[in-house]
Amino acid sequence: MELSGGEILIQFLKDEGVEFIFGYPGGSVLHIYDAMYGQDDIKHILVRHEQAATHAADGYARSTGKPGVVLVTSGPGATNAVTGIATAYMDSIPMVVITGQVPLPVIGSDAFQEVDSIGITRPCVKHNFLVKDINDLAETLKKAFHIATTGRPGPVVVDIPKDITDPNIKIPYSYPKSVEMRSYNPVTQGHSIQLKRAIEMMGSAKRPMIYSGGGVVLSDASAELREFVRKLGFPITQTLMGLGAYPADDEQNVGMLGMHGTYEANMAMHECDVLIAVGARFDDRVTGKLAEFCPTAKIIHIDIDPASISKNVKVDVPIVGDVKNVLADLNKLLDASTSSYGKQSIPKWWSQIIDWRSRQCLEYDRTSDLIKPQFAIEMLHKVTKGEAYVTSDVGQHQMWAAQYYGFNEPRRWINSGGLGTMGFGLPAAMGVQLAHRDAKVACVTGEGSIQMNIQELSTCMQYGLPIKIITLNNRYLGMVRQWQEFTYEERYSMSYMEALPNFKMLAESYGHVGMEIDKPGDVEGALKEAFDLKNRLVFMNIITDQTENVYPMIESGKAHNDMRLMPARELS
Amino acid sequence: MKRHIISILIENEAGALSRVAGLFSARGYNIESLTVAATEDASLSRMTIVTSGSEEIIEQIKKQLNKLIDVVKLMELSDGEYIERELALIKLKAEGAEDREELKRLADVFRGHIVDVNSHTYVVELTGDGEKIDAFIKAVEDRCVVEVVRSGVSGIARGARHLDVSAS
Repeated sequence: MELSGGEILIQFLKDEGVEFIFGYPGGSVLHIYDAMYGQDDIKHILVRHEQAATHAADGYARSTGKPGVVLVTSGPGATNAVTGIATAYMDSIPMVVITGQVPLPVIGSDAFQEVDSIGITRPCVKHNFLVKDINDLAETLKKAFHIATTGRPGPVVVDIPKDITDPNIKIPYSYPKSVEMRSYNPVTQGHSIQLKRAIEMMGSAKRPMIYSGGGVVLSDASAELREFVRKLGFPITQTLMGLGAYPADDEQNVGMLGMHGTYEANMAMHECDVLIAVGARFDDRVTGKLAEFCPTAKIIHIDIDPASISKNVKVDVPIVGDVKNVLADLNKLLDASTSSYGKQSIPKWWSQIIDWRSRQCLEYDRTSDLIKPQFAIEMLHKVTKGEAYVTSDVGQHQMWAAQYYGFNEPRRWINSGGLGTMGFGLPAAMGVQLAHRDAKVACVTGEGSIQMNIQELSTCMQYGLPIKIITLNNRYLGMVRQWQEFTYEERYSMSYMEALPNFKMLAESYGHVGMEIDKPGDVEGALKEAFDLKNRLVFMNIITDQTENVYPMIESGKAHNDMRLMPARELS
Repeated sequence: MKRHIISILIENEAGALSRVAGLFSARGYNIESLTVAATEDASLSRMTIVTSGSEEIIEQIKKQLNKLIDVVKLMELSDGEYIERELALIKLKAEGAEDREELKRLADVFRGHIVDVNSHTYVVELTGDGEKIDAFIKAVEDRCVVEVVRSGVSGIARGARHLDVSAS
């Protein structure tokens, strides 16, 4: 079969099993867009801004485990995509981003819409390629998918100069089924000696703690994790990225840890004697002050990326491998072990944890006349029976969604944890809804974040995506305002946004349903009404208590046992 | 902070050098010198990196280098016995019979060669480890150094130890 470069690209994506391309056309990719014209095996989703294309592909990837695919033009197309690429990189999301480039002969001449896409994206991709010969195109694409989806996943950029996709130059094409790379062979199985050391250490623990992260979700190891945790009877805390891998409503779950983690999770981290880190990377928002992190603990760390081990915190037992394989191996070893595990083997530790839990650190004022954001999230959980896919933007609403929704399944909580990208939520929800047409998809956002990619309301209309946008509108850049209250003596510099649009009318002008809710008593009914509109996007503008803060909070540079809790006066 | 020498074999692709250089600048690692050139296998480049840092930092540097998709093999030369060499071309002001004679003698002492001569200057070619070149520059300093061009360090392990692509 003789195909042009553009046709090779489209045929390759079909052969690779790609369902959706999220993209935006432009000069350098016109040959490619022409090659996709008239076929419907792959659905192209036309976004309104390239950043949204990357977030949508990212949301698709996070909710399905399959790589997201993006197609953008050279120059501004590529630079607009960078924020989304960096977002995916920080959270290890598999993604292949195809960027058009000016023709090979004019590269370096400052041609129209030329930018060094390889140079610009290098620090925020797992790898990138510039295709210089049409004969390398198919193999390069295969390598890109292979690298993006194996080992520690991540985004890969393939930069394709326009002359490579020239419709007049055709070469034979066959789908490269596999690819060999001598320089890239990720380790997937844990080392048996380290596994044995880990089992011994777990067996001797008096105050053990399991700390699991996004790696469990990425490697689809939720079932193995649940078995592992239940066999051991140890308490488990999950990172922002790991929520849902272990059910939130299970007794052994002590909630999220870190800057806005629960009192019991952070206290248990501080007091534990053996810490088992599973697919988590000891991020600064998790560890707080490094010098006082888990001061009395021996640490076991399971991760597929050797560079994550002992990067921030020195580890005693490193286990490099795919979390799914390692946990399965550990489960087998636990079955064969003569040590006794289970909650009953560590009664003192559990009674301590139950004592910490009794502080009820997530309690809030339920009698207020104003809508408390925590209440809105709890109602969202109730109305969706905890089954929704929830995307979020970045800020207070993100933390409240993480704290109060209660995720019981993996891949349901979709947020930009590492990079903290405002504007992520709505386009990510588009990718999720496209992948799960009949599922309930909620985008929890704020009036600041939603405006960073609000143009995507148009895309949602074009493709009939019935996302429910839950805007917790406090008329403040809330997280900034909170930090200014706590650490800048209430000097609210630029955290108040005036001239907000009428969101209800804005949604309606795009052809969607808009709602405005300002009484606590109306929240549940409005959510029910919104989710009953199964085929419509509903933009819910929920007017919340302006000065509510996220608690608990470990301020920057403080240790886990140094938390700021909800002031008692606010709890009536 | 101990000095460490890391050798890597990397795919001979456009941009390979910038991936390594970018890694060092992005993560704030020290880089004393970096040399790169093709090997007997045209598909591979060999790089010698001289860096310094705590044991933890050096461990991270090695892991991050290994994580680069293009890096095929990595070895810390300074983990064992090794030979390091650096080439320096040094232009010296050489005027007057006495000075010229003295510089010639110094070059001989350091086993350097004078590879260019005119009535005002000498160019001395010197090979050795970094300390030897530092010592020569110190010996002639102030008086007459016009410019110093150093290649950066290349290194190879002593004995059988070597970077082998085929070994896993």
